[in-house]
Order: sequence, then structure tokens, then C-alpha cells
Amino acid sequence: MKKILSLALAALMVCPLLTACGGSAGKYPNGEINVLNWGEYISDGQDETLDVIEKFQEDTGIKVNYTVCPDNETLYANLKQGDSYDVIIPSDYMISRLIAEEMLLPLNFDNIPNAADVDPNFLNPAYDPESTYSVPYMWGTVGIIYNTSMVNEAITSWRALFDAKYAGQVLMINNSRDAIGVALKTLGYSYNTTDPAQIAEATDLLIQQKKDGIVQAYVMDEIFDKLEGGEAAMGVYYAGDYLSMHDNNEDLAFVLPSEGTNIFTDAMCIPVGAANQENAEKFINFMCSTEVGVANCEAIGYSTPLMSVKEALDAEITADPVAYPSDEVLAGCEAFLNLPEATLKLYDSEWLRLKA
Amino acid sequence: MRKNHFGNRLLLALTFVFLYAPIFVLIFFSFNATKSRTVWGGFSLQWYVRLFQDDAILSALRTTLLVSVLASLIAMVAGTAAAMGFAAMKRRSRHTLMSINNIPLTNADIVTGVSLSLLFMLAIGAFNATIGKAAGITLAKGFGTMLIAHVTFDIPYVILSVMPRLRQLDPHIYEAAQDLGARGFYAFRKVILPDLMPGIVNGTIIAFTMSVDDFVISYFTAGNKVSTLAMEVYSMARRKISPEINAISTLLFISVLALLVIVNLRQTRQNSAMRRQRAALTPKT
Amino acid sequence: MRNKGLAMPYVAWMAIFVVAPLILVLIYAFHNGSSFTLENFRAMGTYAAVFGRSFLLAAIATLICILIGYPVAWFLAREGPGLRRIATIVIMLPMWMNFLLQTYSWMSILENTGLLNTLFQKIGLIALVNGLFGTDFTYFPMINTRGAIVLGMVYNYLPFMILPIFTVIEKIDPRLIEAAQDLGASSAVVFRRLIFPLSVPGILSGVTMVFVPSVATFAISRLLGGGMVTLLGDLIETQFLGGSYNPYLGSAISLVMMAIVLISMAVMNRFGEGEEEAMLL
Repeated sequence: MKKILSLALAALMVCPLLTACGGSAGKYPNGEINVLNWGEYISDGQDETLDVIEKFQEDTGIKVNYTVCPDNETLYANLKQGDSYDVIIPSDYMISRLIAEEMLLPLNFDNIPNAADVDPNFLNPAYDPESTYSVPYMWGTVGIIYNTSMVNEAITSWRALFDAKYAGQVLMINNSRDAIGVALKTLGYSYNTTDPAQIAEATDLLIQQKKDGIVQAYVMDEIFDKLEGGEAAMGVYYAGDYLSMHDNNEDLAFVLPSEGTNIFTDAMCIPVGAANQENAEKFINFMCSTEVGVANCEAIGYSTPLMSVKEALDAEITADPVAYPSDEVLAGCEAFLNLPEATLKLYDSEWLRLKA
Repeated sequence: MRKNHFGNRLLLALTFVFLYAPIFVLIFFSFNATKSRTVWGGFSLQWYVRLFQDDAILSALRTTLLVSVLASLIAMVAGTAAAMGFAAMKRRSRHTLMSINNIPLTNADIVTGVSLSLLFMLAIGAFNATIGKAAGITLAKGFGTMLIAHVTFDIPYVILSVMPRLRQLDPHIYEAAQDLGARGFYAFRKVILPDLMPGIVNGTIIAFTMSVDDFVISYFTAGNKVSTLAMEVYSMARRKISPEINAISTLLFISVLALLVIVNLRQTRQNSAMRRQRAALTPKT
Repeated sequence: MRNKGLAMPYVAWMAIFVVAPLILVLIYAFHNGSSFTLENFRAMGTYAAVFGRSFLLAAIATLICILIGYPVAWFLAREGPGLRRIATIVIMLPMWMNFLLQTYSWMSILENTGLLNTLFQKIGLIALVNGLFGTDFTYFPMINTRGAIVLGMVYNYLPFMILPIFTVIEKIDPRLIEAAQDLGASSAVVFRRLIFPLSVPGILSGVTMVFVPSVATFAISRLLGGGMVTLLGDLIETQFLGGSYNPYLGSAISLVMMAIVLISMAVMNRFGEGEEEAMLL
């Protein structure tokens, strides 16, 4: 018995050791970078698209350790936990929080010549007033995605998410800022209110929505499978992702609710503690090249802040009001701003009040 | 004891169906031609092809096996040594140390994971701010920290299965061996080790199983550079799911099954050979 | 052979990687980043519902595991040695794959458009229920409920209940049972007075191995609960790696959970001698 078991064990042990030795050290002579991105947010070689990461590794000989996380708050936790990243792609409000907490490094734009391609409208934004820390990657809006075969009306308002008619059919977004934001807009308040009473009222609305059994689940990228597969009738998510979902399920429709919605920019930054700043800048520069920008836009459906990319894209894409809404519509959108410390704490505790 | 009747066997059968239903679902849909996890769209092997092109999953599998193997091997040696050391102690100190040894077993995984992640965070932070800064080295959580965590929860299993064997050991045998001229390690290898072996093997296997099955502790200690298969699955299940997961489950299932079948066949053959041998040796009356 | 020094490396290891981390949790629990404080514990009342829910769901899962696991172990122990060996392996085999793989599979089984609902629809069960009770289900909501989470717990931890019980029952000397029967005990009495008391250590060790991970799980509740049911594990995870970073509060919650778990385990073990040998395998 024991002999055989030890033999089997030994055999089992040899296999991984062997495969592990055939590692990748020789393949990437120029060091490595750790990249943290959102899920489904890069062209990854699936369905005959360009594998951006693979191409970067081949072109530069720099190994990319690529990880994803679901939302800005988790990204913040990862940074605080001491995980070391070289490139992160947080959203606007989180960037200003990270700048305020001195968690970002100023970029050396000599290494990022492609940043000159950024549309001037995206330069010096409110979250990074002198564009010292960030290079915009994508932008977009948040709206309601719904399945027209399951919803028999044209949805126009956030109110639809709280309609008892759709009990068990609504997917809410699973992060505090976006979810409470939806409720704030439904009530006619600003996304950036610091009034505790308004935030509490918004949370109460969400609690009622959950209690009434309207919410099926709180999701982030799980929403792709659920909406494409007809598992739920509607959900709150990002415009770009709607475009990808629509490719897989023609019944899906998207609406920017009439109360106004969130417009966001996600930008590439280098956090303090990055071990390979120069390589990180090479990566950012690479992501800003026209070829890569076009591949990313085509794969993920989000809107580009790069002028040459927008020009190179199919007219069909750039004329789509979902990805590139008219100025009039955009005027009704509001960006998230970083909130004061006390309000952030309130968001955390209100979010837990909802989830607990 | 009386044998089971039909009803009892039915319960056993139903339990096995329950335990294996999800596994068979995984296997079945790994051959699906479409991406759906619930609607059958025809037979295809495309997910296996994709799997072998997917670096993320393959390297996660490698990491899982490597960390489990290394951790259980280290635990095997360290745990056996520690158990022998414990056995030599006075009752009181042995009792205290055994209680500490049991902490990772009784504690919830998440507490072990969280507490280790705090330790690593502070230790790495302190190192990077002082020595690391001077020497230009930046440490980060990674394979090393995860391996430490796995070793930490693996050793107690080895100790727990070696201890009872040690207690059954006759101390005089070792002394006798020494009296006959066998020196330290040789006496240990020839006299003690064979008796401990079943416990050691058993403990190592349990340790290995626990490492393979672990998700929570790896999740908190691995950092961002490496991920185990479980971490990869957890992350994928919260995104667009790829049936590659089904494919790798199938391959895992088949390899584990094959391993167990081989071990068992050889064992039964050995047992019956032993029985025959014994029968031949006993004089017929 | 009698060398205490052999244990010293491991004693040092335990000091650094078992004791020190727990002391850190203790310190963090009474800290807020700048000074020592009790505020983390004052906030604990807010989470009473989560504590209650976690312990309740874990207790239900444990109970179900006993109700299924004990008879299974008992019937198994009465089978012939060949079947017994195979059955043990069959029970252990799923543990060698990672439990998340199977949890992920349960998602596709339980979904609204999942395999079970499709099956129910095909065989007309949903129509039947609607006809009988005047409801209008198009599917049975199973995923994202507490039931789904309990199912996930039972599925994942059932082997940890069966195996230790099986091990102790298998070790009971058959001559004891024969003796009792010879003395006129009915099989009910044999079970109640002999077999059950002797198998208590197995049950206790099974309970520990099911209850503790169930209380603290977050992967199962996240995947099968759809973020709708927050358990202690989720609460702790969001404080460390999730949406609301606050390791101080997270440590405090961990500490309280650990205390409750350890106390209940200690109380439980007073009832039987949950000896260290009653282990898996």
C-alpha cells in the first residue's frame, strides 16, 4: 500500500515540476509589468481579434502579468493591500481620490509620445487638472440594458428598475458608487451630493427595491451571460458593454434614462510603488497607438478619446449614438467627482446597510 | 451486522448522484459546440483546443499543482520532524504546542487568510521601505507568500496523522537498534521510519488534497502576480464564462480518476498476491 | 530519537505564521489606522443580521449534512470491503478537483434558464404547479436564494461529514455488536446504546469540518447567492479585498466570528471527546 501510494505521489509531483521548469524566463528578456484592468476591457484575441497583451509582449520583450478586478473600490483595496501594480486603469473619481492620497506617480510624457493623440476635450479634466498622472483609455455612459422580448414597453426612466412589474428580473450594478448613484438620479439628486439625508434616502430606495424582490442579483461582469442568455429582463451597465452584448443577442436594447446619467472616463495611471515605471510608460504608449486603440474599441465597444482611432474606426461605429451620443445628450450627463472622506465613509456604511 | 436492503442502497445511490451531478454537467457541456452552459448545441472539441492555447488557465493549473506539491512535500518533512520533537516533550509543553498546531485547522480559512495577508502586507511594506529601498529591491506578495501560507496549513495535517503512530511506537526498539551498533540517522531510517511511513504518507496526501482544494487562503495571500486554478475560476465565474473551465474540469476529473484506479488495482493485486503467499506458507492440515 | 530540537524549527514557524498573524488581527481590531479605539466593535451591532444569517445558514447546512451523511456512512459501513473501498474513493474524488469548479457547475443547474428549470418545463412540472396552485411561474427561482447557498454548502462539505463518521463506525468491533445481540438487545437498542454513542466523535469532527467553513464562506454565497445574501465571509472579504476597504473593521469582525466559532466548538466538544485522531480518512 504505502509503496504504491508514495510512487503515485512521486509521479504526481514530478509532472508539475517538469512543466514549471519550461517557464518563460528566456522569452521575455526586458523585465515585466503588472497591469490591473477591468474584466472584458481589452482586445484579448478571442473571436479573431488582436491579442493586445500578446502583441505587446512580442514587440517589447516585456512580460505582462495581467489581472482584472470588478470595480474601483476593489482596485483601491488591492492597492492598499500592498499589491504592486505598474499600470492601473481607474475611473475619473477614483483617480482624483488616488491623487489626493498621493498614491499615483506623475507620468513622464517623453516616454508616451502617443498621448499627443488624445482629443483636447479630454485634456486637463477635472479629475487630473493638469493631465500629469493619467492618460485617458476609454470613456462611456451608464444606462439600462433591457431585453425587448421580455419587456413590452420602451424604457425611458430609471424608475423602470423599481417597477414591481419586473420583480425578479432586474440586475443591479454591484458597487456602491454606481448603485447609489442610480437611486440618487431616480430621486432627482446629483451624483456628487454630500447631503447625508439624500444619500440615505437613495439607499432606502435600493433597500425597498431589494425587499420587494425586484432585484434578481447584484452583478458586475456576470451581467454579460445573464442578459445575453435571457436570464434577466434588464440591468444597469455600461454603454460599451451593451454593444458587445448586442452582438450576441439582437433583442437587447439600451437607453440613457431621461433623468440623466453618468459619463465616465477611465484613464491609465502608474501607482506609487510601481517597480517598473519605464516599462509601464511603454505599455501606456502602446495602448495609445492607433492600431491597438482600434482593436480595443472594436472588441469592447467603448468610446475612444484618441483622435486618430476615432478617425480610423468604421463610420458605422462612430455614428452609433450609443457609443458616441450627441453633445445635447452628453450635456445632460454628470461625471462622478471624488467625495470628501466623511461622505466616502457614509457610502461604505450605507452600502453595507443595503447588502447586510 | 445485517446487510443493506434496497432502500438503504437507494439512499447511497442518490447521494452519489447528488455528488456527481454537477461534475457530469461540467463534463457534458465541455463538448458543447456553442458557448452556452445550459443549451446543447452539438458536439465539438473546440473548448479543449482553446484551453491549450489559454496561458492564463494553464499557468494557473501549473501554479496550483506546484504550490500543492511543494507545500505538501515541505509539510511532510517538517511535520514528521516536528511530530517527533513534540513526542519527546513533556506532556504540558506538548499539549500547548499541539493546541497552537490545531489553530489553522479549527480556524475558518478566511481568518487564516486574512491574518496572514496582514502579516505579509506589513512585513513586505517594512522591508521595501528599509532594506529594499537601500538595495533597490521591491518585494511583493506572490508565489512565495502563497507557498508559506500553504505550508502553514499543511503541516498540522501531517503532524496529526504521524502523532498516533509515534505513540504506538515502542521506544525500546530504537534503543535496541542503537545497542546493536546502528547509529543515529541509520537507526531512525531502518527502525522508526518504516513504522511511521503509513502516517506520513497519509498525512502528506491529506495535505496535498487540502492544498489543491484551497481557494480562500490562496486568494488572500497570492497577491496579483500568480493565481491558482480556483482563483482563476472564481474570477472567471464573475465575468463572461468560458466553457474552457468545463474542459479543464473534465481533464482534471479524468486524471484523478485514472490515478485512483491505478493505485487501487495495484493494491488489490498486491493484496491477493500476499494472501496467496501466506496461504502457500501455511501448512495444509 | 527523543530529540526535542526536531520541533524547534516548526515552533518558530508557528510563532511567525500562526501566532503573530492572529496577534495582528487582534491589534487591528482595536485600531482605526491612527489610534486604538473600540469603534470597530461599536459598529458590530449593525451586522447582527449578517452574523445571525451566517450562523443560521451554516447550522442548517450542518444539520442537513448530518441527516444525509450519517445514514450514508452507516449503510456504507455495512457493505462488503470491496464496495466500501470504492465508495470511499468515490466520495473523496470530488475533493481532488477544486470545489469552485463544482460550485460553478451548480450555477448552470440552478439558473432561471438553467438545466433544472428547463427539465421542469419539459416534463410539465411548472405547468402542473401553476395549474394546482393558480400561480404563474415561468421558472422556479432557485439561484440567488438562501436555499441555493445552503445547497452549495451541503454539496461542498458533505464528504467532510460522511468520511469521519464512516471511519469511526467502521472501527466499531463487530464482536461488541454480536455480544449485545446475544444478550438480547434489539437492533434499535444496539444502535441507540452502542453504535450511536461510539460514533459521536465522528459526528463532532464532521460538524466542525462542515460548520466552520460554512460560516465563513464567501465564494459560495457570491456565486450562488448573486450578491443578494451577505454572509460573514462576504463582509470580511469586502473589508480586505472588496468594495469597502477597512481592514480594521474586517479584523474586528473576524475576531468576533473566530471567538463565537471557537466557543461553540469548545462547548460542543465538551459533550464528547472530539479527539484529534477522529480525522478525515
